[in-house]
Amino acid sequence: MLKTFKLGGVHPAENKLTENKAIEVLPIPKVAYIPFSQHLGAPARALVQKGDAVKTGQLIAKGEAFISANIHSSVSGKVLKVDDVLDASGYKRPAVVIQVEGDEWAEGINRSGEIIREISLGQKEIIQKINEMGVVGLGGATFPSHVKLMVPEGKRADVLIINGVECEPFLTADHRLMLEKGEELIVGVRILMIALGVKKAIIGIENNKPDAISNMKKITGNQEGIDVQALKVKYPQGAEKQLIKALINREVPSGKLPIEVGAVVHNAGTAYAVYEAVQKNKPLVERVVTITGKSVKNPGNFLVRIGTPIAELVEAAGGLPEDTGKVIGGGPMMGKALNSLDVPIIKGTSGILMLPVEESGRNTVLHCIRCSRCVSVCPMGLEPYLLEKLVMFEDFERTEKERVMDCIECGSCHYTCPANRPLLDYIRLGKNKVGAIIRTRSKK
Amino acid sequence: MNDVVIYAVASLGIIGAAAAIILYFVAQKFKVIEDPRIDEVEGALPAANCGGCGFAGCRAFAEALVMKANKEGNLEGLNCPVGGNDVMATVASILNLQVEEQEPLIAVVRCNGSHTNSPKKVIYEGATSCAFAHNLFNGEGGCPYGCLGLGDCVKACAFDAIHINPETGLPEVNDKCVACGACVEACPRDIIELRPKGKKDRRIYVCCINKEKGGPARKNCDVACIGCGKCVKVCPFDAITMENNLAYIDPVKCKLCRKCVPECPTGAIHELNFPLRKLKDDVPVGEMKLEKTEVKASVTIKPDATQDAKEPEGGKENKS
Repeated sequence: MLKTFKLGGVHPAENKLTENKAIEVLPIPKVAYIPFSQHLGAPARALVQKGDAVKTGQLIAKGEAFISANIHSSVSGKVLKVDDVLDASGYKRPAVVIQVEGDEWAEGINRSGEIIREISLGQKEIIQKINEMGVVGLGGATFPSHVKLMVPEGKRADVLIINGVECEPFLTADHRLMLEKGEELIVGVRILMIALGVKKAIIGIENNKPDAISNMKKITGNQEGIDVQALKVKYPQGAEKQLIKALINREVPSGKLPIEVGAVVHNAGTAYAVYEAVQKNKPLVERVVTITGKSVKNPGNFLVRIGTPIAELVEAAGGLPEDTGKVIGGGPMMGKALNSLDVPIIKGTSGILMLPVEESGRNTVLHCIRCSRCVSVCPMGLEPYLLEKLVMFEDFERTEKERVMDCIECGSCHYTCPANRPLLDYIRLGKNKVGAIIRTRSKK
Repeated sequence: MNDVVIYAVASLGIIGAAAAIILYFVAQKFKVIEDPRIDEVEGALPAANCGGCGFAGCRAFAEALVMKANKEGNLEGLNCPVGGNDVMATVASILNLQVEEQEPLIAVVRCNGSHTNSPKKVIYEGATSCAFAHNLFNGEGGCPYGCLGLGDCVKACAFDAIHINPETGLPEVNDKCVACGACVEACPRDIIELRPKGKKDRRIYVCCINKEKGGPARKNCDVACIGCGKCVKVCPFDAITMENNLAYIDPVKCKLCRKCVPECPTGAIHELNFPLRKLKDDVPVGEMKLEKTEVKASVTIKPDATQDAKEPEGGKENKS
């Protein structure tokens, strides 16, 4: 019997079309757009000006707040301008626009393919290095990784969990990474273990990736403390709290972080980025992105430089299919429809999904029949139908009492609703409003 | 048998009398002394409980009025926008005070990004809530400042005074508006503003709040304020200020001379309820554009207004 989390969950069609496509390197774009805010927390402060020459891997914006991350140039060339560019939601955000000239890397970056297994740095230096190299959580939430590694006083971590679940349908970026860069990834896991001071790590992988499981088991076979665990396929197993519940059967209390139960979760992609940052001195300037869709000519997994316009990636996958109704940044469950194809790939872009017209629209919204399917699938044990109503009638006091802030926005309720109600839309709005109320209250 | 009835009635009667005496003394002891004028003032208020005065309903406002009258002897800063000057005068007479006449206000929608002026670039299918859509993306027309047209202001209005025009997708305020400010609060983009109603209901305002530079603003909307500053130069009363590429007409300084309206190259300055201008041989370019955009906005045009609207187009032909 395979492990999984108990409460709720759904089984959307997997559609892992690109699981057998090896990672290809996407050509460097002509112009790169690198936003200053690619992570959770405060935007980074620009260090370059118009006309400056930059090299690949050079620091171009510094994250100065506690929760912030450094931004490095992913290309070499000349800074065209430091200006606002459109982000995926259509709002303008400050960014650096770089005209690419050649591909000259900054000094001190090891670009050879040789695997360095010897870890020479100590705990503090590793965290420092990860901070310098701008590594953030690559699962999608883009939380700065070094902050997660700094265990607050009075707390103790005893296990590191590596998230190789990739429960979103269609996406295969982490899957391919575990197959092709397994050795490096495990070195990254060991680095993270040193940084946290833990002796045990568990890599959780869903059972629909048997090749990745056997590959990771083969590599970790002779290493103590790293355990590979196959998990039953269920969405949203890749969510931090659900994964902790599935692997070590501990429940993170409401409103608390996983460190409360002694666990720290990092994504498999992040582990690889940590390896590159610490062992190769290479900043986070590229990532694996899955580009997929049922009618896409050449779906695949590409190693893409941060700041590449999505249009170029779409071109590499054989162009936009004629029947496309919607292009989504991320997976079909939690991803967000893109406003335009000119927006750049950022650190948090795990996939680009092109949906045909017939699958992209929403169905007619009908009345709630109180079937409570949303309640039974909610992995956090909330009552989505009730939250929707409360937010609709703007009873935010009660919305807060019904623990709206615990919602992980997985979309299971929305997916399962037979009346097609926009449950998650209203819950998100409620989270936003209640969050604002809590902030003003704590200020007083 | 009779005894039972007598005992029951007698005992109940005694209990009742005892309770009445206790209650009488308790009521005397814990009597809440309330100014009788609060009830009177509340009676004079419109009982809309809209919160437009800034208090939680008419009763709370009446209490605040009486308290202020007792403490400071004036009613400065307190105003019932729904009742207007008449109600405030009645309230003042109850309290033996004088109030200054307040200029009546009305809600003004400062966006003209209708379906024709700002064509849809993407389709939004999510929840019908401006607040949610505002968090999600910039809007179907692409303007990050423009009206989302999902009707949060309509839901907020307790007076049936604001409705979305299905043709333009923009809210329109009718004369039922009492300037309670509920829609101003509800709009996540701060598009709606309370402005003085103006003499004979005449108003001039910049119908745009886009703070982008001219190029990007015009890219998404034909009638955006591009921050050219022509209106600032032409205004004889220094009523127009330019900040963040956006003109703003100060309703207090503005004398409704209408000089800025034809000057605006995009027709972003709107005039309301003015008589039509006398047409000269050479019609100013700006005015032509304005008339054009008004037709574009496809506000329901009355038969006689259509005839009037055609005239400038004739002027345009003469000129070309």
